[in-house]
Amino acid sequence: MQKMVIIGAGMASGRLLEHIHEAQPDAFEVTIFNAEPRGNYNRIMLSPVLAGDRSFEEIVTHDDDWYADNNITTRFGEKVTGIDRERKVVIGEKGEVAYDKLILATGSAPFIIPMPGHDLPGVVGYRDLEDTNAMIDAAANREASAVVIGGGLLGLEAAAGLRMQGMEVTVLHIAGHLMDRQLDEAAGYLLKNDLEKRGIRVIVEANTKQIVGNGKVEKVLLDDGTELPADIVVMAAGIRPAVQLGHEAGLDMGRAIKVDAQMRTSDPDVFAVGECVEFDDNIFGLVAPLYDQAKVLANTLLGKEDTFTVREISTKLKVTGCDLFSAGDFAEGEGREDIVFRDPKRRVYKRLIVENDRLIGAVMYGDTADSNWFFGLIKDGTDIEEMRETLIFGPSFQGGGGASVDPLAAVAALPLEAEICGCNGVCKGDIIKAIEGGVQTLDGVRTETKASASCGTCTGLVEQVLAVSLGDGFEIKAEKPICKCTDLTHEDVRRLIKAQELKTQPAVWQELAWKTPNGCHVCRPAVNYYLLSDWPLEYQDDLQSRFVNERNHANIQKDGTYSVMPRMWGGMTTPDELIAVATAAKKFSAAVKVTGGQRIDLLGIKKEDLPAIWSDLNDAGMVSGHGYTKGLRTVKTCVGTDWCRFGTQDSTGLGIKLEKKLWGSWTPHKVKLGVSGCPRNCAESTCKDVGIICVDSGYQISVAGAAGMDVKMTESLVDVATEAEVEEWVTAFVQLYRENGKYLDRAYKWVAKVGLDWVKEELSDSDTRKALVDRFDISQSVYQKDPWADHVRNRADQYKPIADLTKEAVT
Amino acid sequence: MSWTDIGTLNDIPLRGSRIVKTAVGCIAVFRTAEAEVFATSNKCAHKGGPLSEGIVHDRKITCPLHNWIFSLETGEAQGADQGQITTYPVKIENGRLLLDFDAVIAKVA
Repeated sequence: MQKMVIIGAGMASGRLLEHIHEAQPDAFEVTIFNAEPRGNYNRIMLSPVLAGDRSFEEIVTHDDDWYADNNITTRFGEKVTGIDRERKVVIGEKGEVAYDKLILATGSAPFIIPMPGHDLPGVVGYRDLEDTNAMIDAAANREASAVVIGGGLLGLEAAAGLRMQGMEVTVLHIAGHLMDRQLDEAAGYLLKNDLEKRGIRVIVEANTKQIVGNGKVEKVLLDDGTELPADIVVMAAGIRPAVQLGHEAGLDMGRAIKVDAQMRTSDPDVFAVGECVEFDDNIFGLVAPLYDQAKVLANTLLGKEDTFTVREISTKLKVTGCDLFSAGDFAEGEGREDIVFRDPKRRVYKRLIVENDRLIGAVMYGDTADSNWFFGLIKDGTDIEEMRETLIFGPSFQGGGGASVDPLAAVAALPLEAEICGCNGVCKGDIIKAIEGGVQTLDGVRTETKASASCGTCTGLVEQVLAVSLGDGFEIKAEKPICKCTDLTHEDVRRLIKAQELKTQPAVWQELAWKTPNGCHVCRPAVNYYLLSDWPLEYQDDLQSRFVNERNHANIQKDGTYSVMPRMWGGMTTPDELIAVATAAKKFSAAVKVTGGQRIDLLGIKKEDLPAIWSDLNDAGMVSGHGYTKGLRTVKTCVGTDWCRFGTQDSTGLGIKLEKKLWGSWTPHKVKLGVSGCPRNCAESTCKDVGIICVDSGYQISVAGAAGMDVKMTESLVDVATEAEVEEWVTAFVQLYRENGKYLDRAYKWVAKVGLDWVKEELSDSDTRKALVDRFDISQSVYQKDPWADHVRNRADQYKPIADLTKEAVT
Repeated sequence: MSWTDIGTLNDIPLRGSRIVKTAVGCIAVFRTAEAEVFATSNKCAHKGGPLSEGIVHDRKITCPLHNWIFSLETGEAQGADQGQITTYPVKIENGRLLLDFDAVIAKVA
């Protein structure tokens, strides 16, 4: 096996490892060095870590287990001191490693301006976890001030994060407007205004003279005599490729390590990737080209042909509320013309730069909904002469072209090879062919092509293809949009969130042309659910988009008090738990009710008392029963073989196992399970979302029952022999529902829509089943936690009034 | 006017709300996506639902009990519903939230 040594565990090398291990896991024996004492993580996500939206653990892309599972030797926290290309060894502080292929992925370092005081403690760059932690520590003191030097992407994200942490923040920028490499003056001005509105002070044309402090940073002095107090100074003045190793090893250098289109350096066995690379006079600082490079390098190393090309890059700022987009070239020049649109009241500014009837640059502020369309025009070099007059108004004003807000025009513009039905791999051309062959209805298309015949999420698209092809001859059955904020249906929104990789609520509102600034009480909980279900690791759950019960983890009652219900796994409890429940009930004057799901409900608790009663119940070892969620509620059981003379299996034990596996997961609507020890069905499993009947030969799993507004018996899904199989099938079913169900459709409604046959077909494939379980487990790694403990620890203040003015004089 | 300090903008979650307790009832203080603040009575004009527990969208609030929607600016019920909640002056100054306590008393009295 060939020996590969990688120096640097950043985003480029992380992606490289993934590609290699997906394609050919045993191709190389890999050793990876990293100067940071840790492995690969998503550096872009340091901003959310700084802002307090994420923990570091959540942005780790490869953990210790991953390296171990893939037989990768890690040498983290160890510096590489040299490379001996003659002997083909990498020299680390703790010894040498031989290589057949060497990958340099040393990245870059922040540029620290060598002004007086730059080496004082408290001056940090913004590159790694240490920097981020230093900023978080500084922000622990609420009165503290921060100065950020540099008003580019990184500096502004640092500033917004520090402000979110409660610090007084000043941004110093040397140019006349913020983000001067990406924005023009007008957009920079709007950005500055928006930042100032959120309490960030911005000084442009700022010449920093020195950083002053005795033993640590105390203030920053500007040329004009301005003094700014500072407990921390963040230098975000740019990055420099970290190329010392490559230089010392005698590789061909420019501003960074020179590589060819296969990422090879001047030494055929040494490759370089990422920010330490120079290709065709370009160096790289954004993540998209790094990922391209990683893919090309992986292919090259695996002996496949691939070529790296520099592509157009667009920029968006990850600061909530500052909507800006910039792409291409917008410098002034001969033969270049501007098209500018301003709406001061809406704070919208758009500028397009046209040269030779081609769009070459775009800057947008305040309304970036059409940015992808413009970016596409830039990338493709589309001739815009015909649409010039209406170009700036975006795709909806172009007859028939582009990814328009008018869905029919968008479908008309799709190429024939565009995939319409993902389940059955049917492209637009197949459907058109069927229509040309005489098919005129949705059912006809389903029979002829299988499109829309499986999960049904593409039904809207298929109908649109029919409408576009048949014109007036076809009438789309009007599916209802989610709410008045959008024309899209739940299914459309789910599909587009996946297809366009929309990972935040503002992205959904922008890209899907929401008609309201931030949705309403109908669409926001749905969108919040879709995002957390599709992107559990990337999306940050938004409590303000949840119905009160889920926000406060208790059921609101008609008088504004709440009911609290601890979890009783599989309906089992203990005398000690009952004592704790009784004590809490007495202490908080609760009414006590045994529920239909084998649990105890404590009613009439005041909101302010919630953290206290949770804390008491937590102390007795109990967690939230989620009696209020669109998520797993109860697993009802009978006593099974433990006690019953008819019981055939350990139904209580199985119920507890299933509940422990599934609790905490969010679903389109509530999910209830039942496990009965024999066909006498004392747990009433046959009217649950998932029911299990234990029999002598094993377990009968049935799904899609209901005992609410509708009463419906479950239908058989599968019979299996072991508890492990029950767990796998049930988890996979729940995950399939999570990924495909419409928000607020119970499982039985969803199954009726997609058809039980399709559900069976999907789940009977063991690979699909395992993949569903894996995705469920990933989601659980984030969401399976006791919300009571979490809120007591992190949010107890929010349950109290912001202020108590009852003592203020009422005259 | 008696501007009374009730906390900072960051004490209220984005697109969320907190209440201020007073001797004459609870006031809900809302923060919109645009970092604007509004103060209203915490009681829905319909069945007294706690408005501070609703979903804030645009400059509106949806009551958590029966989904009545009110304008935070005018206090008027939106859509087909008829009703009005009381609004109170509130402002941000140097990062502090100030509520006009005189107005609270005057409107209750």
